[in-house]
Amino acid sequence: MDNKFLVVLEQRNGIIKKSSFEIYAKAKEFSANTDAVLIGASIVDESQLKQAGVSEVTFIKNNDLENYSSSAYTNILVDFIKQNSYEFVFIANTALGKDLAPRLAAKLDCGITMDCTNLTEDAGNLLATRPVFAGKLLLQQKLTSTVKIFNIRPNSFGFTAGSEVETKINVKETSDICLSVKTVDVKKAGGKLDVAEADVIVSGGRGMKSAENFNHIESLASELNAAVGASRAVVDAGWRPHAEQVGQTGKTVSPNLYIAVGISGAIQHIAGMRSSKYIVAINKDKDAPIFQIADYGIVADAFDILPVLTEEIKKIKQ
Amino acid sequence: MKIVVCVSHVPDTASKINIGADGKTLDTNGLTFVLNPYDEFAIEEALKTKEKFGGEVTLISVGNDSFKESLRKGLAMGADSAVLLKNDGYFDSLSLAKSLSDEIKNLGAELVFVGKQSVDYDNSVVGQMLAELLGYNSVSVAVACSIDGNKITAEREIEGGKEVVEFNLPAVITTQKGLNEPRYPSLKGIMAAKKKVIEEKAAKVFDNHSEFVSLLRPASKSAGKILGTDVSAVSELVRLLREEAKVI
Ligand SMILES: Cc1cc2nc3c(=O)[nH]c(=O)nc-3n(C[C@H](O)[C@H](O)[C@H](O)COP(=O)(O)OP(=O)(O)OC[C@H]3O[C@@H](n4cnc5c(N)ncnc54)[C@H](O)[C@@H]3O)c2cc1C
Ligand SMILES: Nc1ncnc2c1ncn2[C@@H]1O[C@H](COP(=O)(O)O)[C@@H](O)[C@H]1O
Repeated sequence: MDNKFLVVLEQRNGIIKKSSFEIYAKAKEFSANTDAVLIGASIVDESQLKQAGVSEVTFIKNNDLENYSSSAYTNILVDFIKQNSYEFVFIANTALGKDLAPRLAAKLDCGITMDCTNLTEDAGNLLATRPVFAGKLLLQQKLTSTVKIFNIRPNSFGFTAGSEVETKINVKETSDICLSVKTVDVKKAGGKLDVAEADVIVSGGRGMKSAENFNHIESLASELNAAVGASRAVVDAGWRPHAEQVGQTGKTVSPNLYIAVGISGAIQHIAGMRSSKYIVAINKDKDAPIFQIADYGIVADAFDILPVLTEEIKKIKQ
Repeated sequence: MKIVVCVSHVPDTASKINIGADGKTLDTNGLTFVLNPYDEFAIEEALKTKEKFGGEVTLISVGNDSFKESLRKGLAMGADSAVLLKNDGYFDSLSLAKSLSDEIKNLGAELVFVGKQSVDYDNSVVGQMLAELLGYNSVSVAVACSIDGNKITAEREIEGGKEVVEFNLPAVITTQKGLNEPRYPSLKGIMAAKKKVIEEKAAKVFDNHSEFVSLLRPASKSAGKILGTDVSAVSELVRLLREEAKVI
């Protein structure tokens, strides 16, 4: 394809997201005519762009854009897309991307497809595939407007950095920004790895029996550099915070490895994690539905398995 | 204050979903539909806002006659009135948002609550689109929201924390679990809702910018390997994760 493609990169706390680089690499497979844009107050570490193979990026800069502002980002990107006549626009399905992408579609009066897990070229257009009905079905969708917005689920294509490139950064200072919606504070949840961004997740369910017992989950997670996840049952019981909930009313995750411990595998839980690359289930009920989607299962008491598993992982790391 | 809540009517999340004969739409035979769970948070927040500051809560849906059931439930929770914008054809999200925004302008609402996501096609877009179409300030996936005069302070979930966001009315807020505890309709509410008239009019139709090509079932994962029933399975699990899956 030789249409003009644009990838909207995202940074938080000076770190450019892996999901941004992932969709940049994917977009380049479709069109060599792919540009990248980044918005913010500064680029803390340019080497990230080089290592990820981004050859050129437009950096739209304003000191008040340390944090996300839906109003400022929307206006800046709508202008940028119009000025440069981009046709295919890509944004990852992160908290920021999910908020921003539909705003752009409304202002550009164009088609949008959200949370895509696959894209294929089809007669000069892209065919998008996305999970619907909590992942029970997949929808293949086509956008028919000139400008098209594709919102992509992180870790759908995977990303491994190739060879380093020189990155040309075109800095565009912008003074006139619309801050009618302003982030005045960011409350961090204890600096812990978020399930939505982790490569490995260890999740516990009601089978863990109590809040205290989650120390077994935390120990394993810590050995694996994993985030801790939870089922709704344990969030409702107050054992874990809602930020850790995976599923339909929690977060949708797509890690390389998802370990479900004492989780039955209700459809609403599976909705949030079925696109994980590898799923491990530990449950004492051999008929638990989680085993239907697990790659590897152990039918046993979690309290027997977890300490041994944690030790084994510790051993191989030495 | 005039408050609007957008209400969607969706298959119960526990139901089995079947694909229709055309291969791209839903087979609705035998499906149970319910008020979209996230819209319950939206209705609750609207009712709480009304209780605090006075005003009127109007529910709006774009859909067919069956949507009346969810509108009725919202009325039973305590909403004052409901409008059904009738439509039987396919509206993509932006067309839907346009037809909602048209009616919201008619009503002159200052504050609009929308669920963060409709648990059918799981788009999570209508609220943000509405905000841009109306030219209102907005926040999505709100887990806290307080109004002080003209100013709204809200918290939204992001990776690893929450953003605290400030903006002025008029506004659109999309609601996430955690924002409140939706009330159950009282018997009195249910009786009162039965007497209320749901206003019906034709939805305004706009051009779609997207089309369905097909609906598919995800390739069913062949149920995985059960590695064992006691601790002796652990070393095999670790081996497979290293050598086969290569994830640790
Ligand atoms: C609208 C709606 C939205 C929902 N959204 C979500 C959501 O986002 N996320 C979510 O998770 N759920 C969600 N749910 C709830 C969901 O239906 C289930 O109730 C929930 O996922 C169950 O959690 P659980 O698996 O931890 O508990 P249970 O279903 O009670 O399962 C506990 C499991 O632990 C096993 N077990 C017990 N003891 C042990 C032991 N010692 N060792 C090993 N295994 C043991 C049992 O065999 C059982 O399989 C939603 C429900 C609705 C209606
Ligand atoms: N047909 C509809 N009629 C009225 N409101 C809707 C409709 N569909 C979606 N909404 C609203 O938009 C929210 C988000 O839906 P969606 O963007 O489709 O995931 C829902 O929670 C509803 O509040």
